[in-house]
Amino acid sequence: MSASVEAGSLPAAQDIRPWRVWAGGGAAGLAWLAAAGIVLAWPDIDEYGRTELLGGVAAAVGLLLVAAAMAGAPGPVARLRPAGPWLVALAIGLIAWEFVTAKLDLLPRPFFVAPQALLEVFTDDYAKLGESVLHSLLLLIPGYLLGATIGFVTGVAMGWSRRVGYWAHPVLRLIGPLPATAWLPIAFFAFSTSRQASTFLIALATFFPVAVLTWSGVASVAGSLYDVARTMGARPWFLIRKVAVPAALPSVFVGLFMGLGSSFSVLVVAEMMGVKAGLGFYMQWSQGWAAYANVYAALLVLAGMCTGLVTLLFRLRDGKLAWQKGVVRW
Amino acid sequence: MVNPIGLRLRGIHHAFALKEQDLPVLEDVDLDVRPGGSVALLGPSGCGKSTLLRLVAGLEPPRRGTLEADGAPITGPDPSRVLMFQDPTLYPWRSVRANAALGLEARGLIRTEGGRVDDALRLVGLHEFAEAYPHQLSGGMAQRAALARALVNRPGLLLLDEPLGKLDSLTRLKMQEELVALWQREGFTTLLVTHDVEEALLMAERVLVFSPRPARVVSEIAVDRPFPRHRDDPHLVALRREVLETLGLREAA
Ligand SMILES: Nc1ncnc2c1ncn2[C@@H]1O[C@H](COP(=O)(O)OP(=O)(O)O)[C@@H](O)[C@H]1O
Ligand SMILES: [Mg+2]
Repeated sequence: MSASVEAGSLPAAQDIRPWRVWAGGGAAGLAWLAAAGIVLAWPDIDEYGRTELLGGVAAAVGLLLVAAAMAGAPGPVARLRPAGPWLVALAIGLIAWEFVTAKLDLLPRPFFVAPQALLEVFTDDYAKLGESVLHSLLLLIPGYLLGATIGFVTGVAMGWSRRVGYWAHPVLRLIGPLPATAWLPIAFFAFSTSRQASTFLIALATFFPVAVLTWSGVASVAGSLYDVARTMGARPWFLIRKVAVPAALPSVFVGLFMGLGSSFSVLVVAEMMGVKAGLGFYMQWSQGWAAYANVYAALLVLAGMCTGLVTLLFRLRDGKLAWQKGVVRW
Repeated sequence: MVNPIGLRLRGIHHAFALKEQDLPVLEDVDLDVRPGGSVALLGPSGCGKSTLLRLVAGLEPPRRGTLEADGAPITGPDPSRVLMFQDPTLYPWRSVRANAALGLEARGLIRTEGGRVDDALRLVGLHEFAEAYPHQLSGGMAQRAALARALVNRPGLLLLDEPLGKLDSLTRLKMQEELVALWQREGFTTLLVTHDVEEALLMAERVLVFSPRPARVVSEIAVDRPFPRHRDDPHLVALRREVLETLGLREAA
């Protein structure tokens, strides 16, 4: 019997290396300590509230890295190893940023902000930021789930039934490519609350890619896969649930991923245009006061939220599509 | 034991519609298989053997002619007539065990009859690979998984389309013996397509030889030997020469 099922893969090379000082970590630690020194010792050009805190954080990071480099043992430290060059680059970036803003004031204010000013937003306004994240999520998620569900069902129906395809295809073809934000004036007029209007727009933005990719996934399932189940007595409903949908799933996930991207952009636009809550609103509002540090902080949080949601979707996909080889890692 | 199914085909014509004209595939095929019998179909590649099995499975209707299973016309697929396809066509998202369970799931029998799945996997020697996914299997293992998936249904008529085609020669000999033993023990009717004359003579009571496309039955050979048979049986060796001559081949050396 040919055993082409592979034995467990070899342990990663890093795990079996003997104890060794982590040079990259040491360099990163020293770079962070240098950054701390510059932040604390070089006087600021202006009054900043969080210079000490920033210097303290940089010093703590530097000390931890130096300690980790000396320990060099496997475990969590070993997993940090690949990040070494990035940790050095970040420290250098921080130093450069300090000089062009807080230390030498080379860049025009208020558009360019110092790191300590950004830090201050997080220490002083975290409650408002957290609340904004919550509002954004509460607006995004129901709309996304609604659009994804309707898109999925539509796509399956179109791929399965010639008649549904006949009627739905021209509509989808005409309406689909329209950016969801083009409906903004109509949506805010047609719905009684801006929340409903935004949910509708987010759902619409998600719907189109999910529907199209589910449809194409189902339509391209090989006929032989159906024949196998039919010869063993499968009914149409079984064929849809157990053959068409799983076979189309890789394509469905591409649609869900694209839909998530468009839902983000609709979310931010909706929050800037009408909804009086969420990160988009926070940014808009801060920008009105020329509080650019707040704008950047919110942008950073928004980026974290979006990449977190994409990560979540990829985790879900990796779980569902474990049978596939060579899927893209996020 | 299962309820073996008798088969009766009369005047079967079939053709595929191509762009310009029709492609005739089967021409006036008659075929009878007694319940519990075993018939092998031999013929050149592309003559229409797989098409005939698809018609018997009920996956498509013939252009003309009648197909009857136990006297009732065949109008569609039925789990009592299971086709094992030429390509294994396993579902890549299902483990070997879940693939084999497909028929029971489709008929809602998985709760009560689930034990059959592991029996079938053991029978084809794949029980250790029950959790493996199709992309981890060799061609021969995939084909055995497909055989297990068919056997789980306890069909009264088993349609085998070159079932051992992708096996290495040793496994192939072993599986030929096991299929014969299984057929004798379980009593189902077998319709076997093969391109291997020796295999046909070892496994079937009767061998039908088809012409090149469009397939017609050009000769029918009764193999009147008890099972299990031995490939060195002089009677079989003589028959083999006869069949090869019918196919227009002269035996090398
Ligand atoms: N679905 C189809 N559409 C068109 N032509 C087909 C189709 N299926 C099979 N054929 C053609 O019919 C002929 C017989 O095919 P097949 O029954 O698979 O042959 P065999 O199994 O004897 O090798 C071949 O020429 C093949 O190309
Ligand atoms: Mg064939």
